[in-house]
Amino acid sequence: MEAPLGRRALPLDVQNVSKIFGSKRRPHLPWSSPGEGRRQERAALDNVSFQVPEGEIYGVLGANGSGKSTLVRILSTLLLPDSGTVKVFGHDVVKEAPAVRPLLNRVSVDPSFFKPMSAMENLLFFGRAYGMRGQEVRELSTQLLDRLGLSREHASEPMLHLSRGQQQKVAVARAFLSSPRLMLLDEPTTGLDPRSKREVQSFVTEARRSSGVTILLTTHDMDEAEALCDRTGFLSGGHLVAEGTPLELRKQVAAGRPLDDVDMETVFIEITGRSIEEDEELEDEVKGP
Amino acid sequence: MTATTVRAGTVLRGRPPRRVGLGWAFFERQTNLWKRYWAWEIVWLLYGVVNTLSITFIANEAAVTGVLSRREVSRLTMFLLIGTLVWAYLSAVLDDMSLTIMWERWEGTIEHTLMAPVPRVVHLMGMSAFGVLHALVRTTLILAFSLPFFHVQLGAADWATALAVVVVGSVSVVGLGILAGILPLLYPERGEQMSFMVQALVLLVSGVYYSVNVLPGWLQAASHVSPATYLLSGIRDALLNSATIGHEGSVLGILAIFGAVLVPLSLVAFHAAERWAKKTGRLKRQG
Repeated sequence: MEAPLGRRALPLDVQNVSKIFGSKRRPHLPWSSPGEGRRQERAALDNVSFQVPEGEIYGVLGANGSGKSTLVRILSTLLLPDSGTVKVFGHDVVKEAPAVRPLLNRVSVDPSFFKPMSAMENLLFFGRAYGMRGQEVRELSTQLLDRLGLSREHASEPMLHLSRGQQQKVAVARAFLSSPRLMLLDEPTTGLDPRSKREVQSFVTEARRSSGVTILLTTHDMDEAEALCDRTGFLSGGHLVAEGTPLELRKQVAAGRPLDDVDMETVFIEITGRSIEEDEELEDEVKGP
Repeated sequence: MTATTVRAGTVLRGRPPRRVGLGWAFFERQTNLWKRYWAWEIVWLLYGVVNTLSITFIANEAAVTGVLSRREVSRLTMFLLIGTLVWAYLSAVLDDMSLTIMWERWEGTIEHTLMAPVPRVVHLMGMSAFGVLHALVRTTLILAFSLPFFHVQLGAADWATALAVVVVGSVSVVGLGILAGILPLLYPERGEQMSFMVQALVLLVSGVYYSVNVLPGWLQAASHVSPATYLLSGIRDALLNSATIGHEGSVLGILAIFGAVLVPLSLVAFHAAERWAKKTGRLKRQG
């Protein structure tokens, strides 16, 4: 159930979310290498809070390993936070996951498809998994792919035969197919050629304008964040260390300098103390026994 | 773009997803994958035929050496043939169910599939329906290719009873398959090999190629907790001894109890394993 009109629930309300990875020590066996089994716990997210109002594109900027993907996984109901709450349109992602899932969709950094199957077969599966009928999926998919510059021939090709950029465009089509109210874009343009990148960015902007979808975008591309996002938050070492519009963030660090001289890269370095290209520790490396 | 984009939330809002449709998504996807991997299917079919022939020819060896009478050889041939075919069926279902998670990890789709608004029970039932049908088709083809190599008398076989045993027994096999499918969820790197261990144990104790009576006492005790034991026993009785459904009432009853216990148990276990995987961050792609 959605909140009644007049006090509509926020598309995204993240409060004091923490997630720690690591495991108990394993016994040191004769054949174990030195140090093996002595994994230390590490906070991938540490008391993170923010809210995203309806229709906004909210950017989460951070280096590799800063906690961005952990955050997206928690929002996607794929990872349980150790503490704190996340609500999507008023529904708790842990306690009301079945109510949350139809409301959101996601584009991840890797296109992630059944590679031997065609783009349309993949879209048919994911569309049906969101309760759509076959004909409905085919029609909407064709329109979305066409808008993204992919032809019917592309749609019938096995995903293996498509380029990385084309696969990512199919991933964007998959995510918008279910017309989510909250879209999670997890570094959607990383690794794309400049043209594909522009096309995906343009699609996202138009989709927001025409459909009203609320978007959370994680990226380490400062230009992309500045071009697309209404507000951004900086994630560093699992902490949300700053938040605001690009202009507000620039003003925060300008200290008398002309704002044109302060780009987002500079803002990020001055606030977090590190470059966004500088990898942090791997955030959630989990090994089986 | 305006013509393309559907207002956010409008596709799903106001229309409850149809559970059959959601389950069909998985059946259809597996069928599409199966079509793309047709060469592998031929390999597995060939392997199944060769395996069936290799084991069933042991009966011919007994005929050549004169250890058994002609009638006993015919019976042993049927015994082994039924064992290899039932095992082809069981292992195909268990394989398909074990791949529920593993395949998604290989392809990298696991996160997208598990965040879709499909109740897990519907997801698993869709996979099970495909697994059972896939296994039936493959086993029927193995039977068709293998039968010409042997002189077997099937005139007295009670096919209706055999079919009833397969249908009722398949429910418990699905339960076993879901349990085996949990292992790759818990152990991303070695779960698949662990699920092979489950298959190996079922093969050992269920009397696939020999009667469970030849097993040591403690393994005979273990055979009682394998639904495959009753599945094999029921099919052999139907095809070798012309047992009717009435005669096989107790076997069907035991299989039904196995199904009634194993399926809910496996669903609860899968749910618990999925929650643990979400807590520890194991729902990730691999490879």
